[in-house]
Amino acid sequence: MDARTEAFVAYVQGGGQVEATDWLPEEYRQKLIKFIEMHGNSELMGVLPEREWILRAPTLQRKLALTAKVQDEVGHAQLIYRVAEDLGKPREQMLADLVSGKAKFHNVFHYPTKTWGDVGVIAWLVDAAAIISQKALLKCSYAPYARIMKKICWEESFHILHGRDVILAMMTGTDEQRELVQEALDRWWGPLMQFHGNPIPRDDDPMYVWRIKSQGNEEARQQFLEGYVPQVWELGLTVPDPKLRRGDDGVWQYSEPDWDELKSVVTGHGPRSQDRLAFRARFLEQEKWVRDYMLAA
Amino acid sequence: MNERARLLLSIADDELIVGWRDSEWTGIAPTLEEDVAFSSIAQNEIGHARALYELAAKELDSDPDALAFDRAPDEYLCAPLVELDLTDDWAKTIARRHLYELADELRIRALIASDDRELAGLAAKIDREEVYHRMHAQMWAARLRDEPRFRAAVDELWPYALGVVAPAQRAELARRVGLSDDSSLTVFGRGEHTPELAELWNEMTEVRRSVPGASW
Amino acid sequence: MIFEVFRRERKGQPFAHAGSIDAPDASFADAWAREQYGRRGESEALWLVPRDAVHQITEWADEFDLKYRRVDGYSIKERLRVARERAGTAPAVDR
Repeated sequence: MDARTEAFVAYVQGGGQVEATDWLPEEYRQKLIKFIEMHGNSELMGVLPEREWILRAPTLQRKLALTAKVQDEVGHAQLIYRVAEDLGKPREQMLADLVSGKAKFHNVFHYPTKTWGDVGVIAWLVDAAAIISQKALLKCSYAPYARIMKKICWEESFHILHGRDVILAMMTGTDEQRELVQEALDRWWGPLMQFHGNPIPRDDDPMYVWRIKSQGNEEARQQFLEGYVPQVWELGLTVPDPKLRRGDDGVWQYSEPDWDELKSVVTGHGPRSQDRLAFRARFLEQEKWVRDYMLAA
Repeated sequence: MNERARLLLSIADDELIVGWRDSEWTGIAPTLEEDVAFSSIAQNEIGHARALYELAAKELDSDPDALAFDRAPDEYLCAPLVELDLTDDWAKTIARRHLYELADELRIRALIASDDRELAGLAAKIDREEVYHRMHAQMWAARLRDEPRFRAAVDELWPYALGVVAPAQRAELARRVGLSDDSSLTVFGRGEHTPELAELWNEMTEVRRSVPGASW
Repeated sequence: MIFEVFRRERKGQPFAHAGSIDAPDASFADAWAREQYGRRGESEALWLVPRDAVHQITEWADEFDLKYRRVDGYSIKERLRVARERAGTAPAVDR
């Protein structure tokens, strides 16, 4: 590593932030673009499982809330892609890499949604897992990205409350409704435990070294368990992991997540990976003429 | 059902169904920026529907969700224009927005001028929010003015657009849109639904029907 | 075209840079920015400025000692101590 890059690393590790117009080491720039792009892709792909339920929402209130939530996610994709564009990667290229499978998106968006129970579990727990990572990004060394995280975190605050409200309505409803929640939770627990990634020590994680991420994967997972397992248990729901418990030292113990599943899923082999990418590609293709029209003066 | 309830339901059903159709674009609009803006329009339409159902609910001793979701498809009073599935075509979707806003504006103006103070008040509120829908529709119509796909879509949807307004308002609508309302044109008016409405209704009420009477 | 978005959260506050929008013209930028930055009533006002119209300044000459015109160019503690001693208004105390 040359002296200028070493100085840069020391600077960001000391809490320093950089702007779009600053000199960035090439490795930092490339890692940053890839990280931000994956985040944008995830927001965009996350829309697809949820939008099906906008159409089936059982009350006007839920329809409005779910539409607003999904709208926020699209808005987040816009904010995030703009940051990556300003780092040098055009949006058309990012979208092309997404649908070709060259670029990735988070594991949770590769799985099916089956019932309204999924709608609640996603808004309550999947969003919670995501927000923990997003809050850590508020301290990202790349300031334009840190700044949009403020808006994103602020908007996400209603998502979790909406999710919990949806869950509570079902948990205080009929036996059938309670069963919908438990069944959805049983399916989502595995992906949730994999969501924050394998527990690589943070000093071995390039994203942490460059202070793109300000916390390690295991730290994030522990925060999730600490915050949300009590919320799950207090409703009388069970988590499908007999080993899950909080140790006396405050550290949560759990069964080893299936890291092979995570790897397979994020490389496009998840149950819904290909058909969601095809769906995304279909609309991009269908509306290319509109974007061409926008570019014409 | 009295006349007032019928009127309220016909407008509420239009707004609910067009809002449902417009919400289908959430996540798949041509650009992310447009996606966000379009989704707000869809939410506003559902919001208008809700406010109108609230008034109708008082007349019919019911509640807004029951009126929105628990009637059978043939009991809805919406115009066929809003029922059409246009997700395979942005030009048609924008053409529908453009035509629907012009038709709706005539209807709202008439309500604002009516003796029904409660409904006139609600119509005025709706009108103030619709200002932005109209700006958005005009912006797109201006940009796509020379695009053959858009012109063809407007021509194709025109007989449906005429069906949104009462017969007495059709000449005025034709004047505003710049198309003909001659009597040889088949108008797709209220009273006969497209097969698309029943399909939409099945999807729209799927969760609600899965546990009847439940609170969600 | 990229439009930079500035938002004022409440009256009395300055406009702050909030992000950017890629739009074909000002009318699209208006329609899109008002939703992206205002759909929750979180902005009292927005300024949309084409990125090309923004003139950025990031460098200044910093060659000579300019502390004479800044607060950190003044250290009056020692002189104040001596003056107080002379006037008999305070003992010489190590602070």
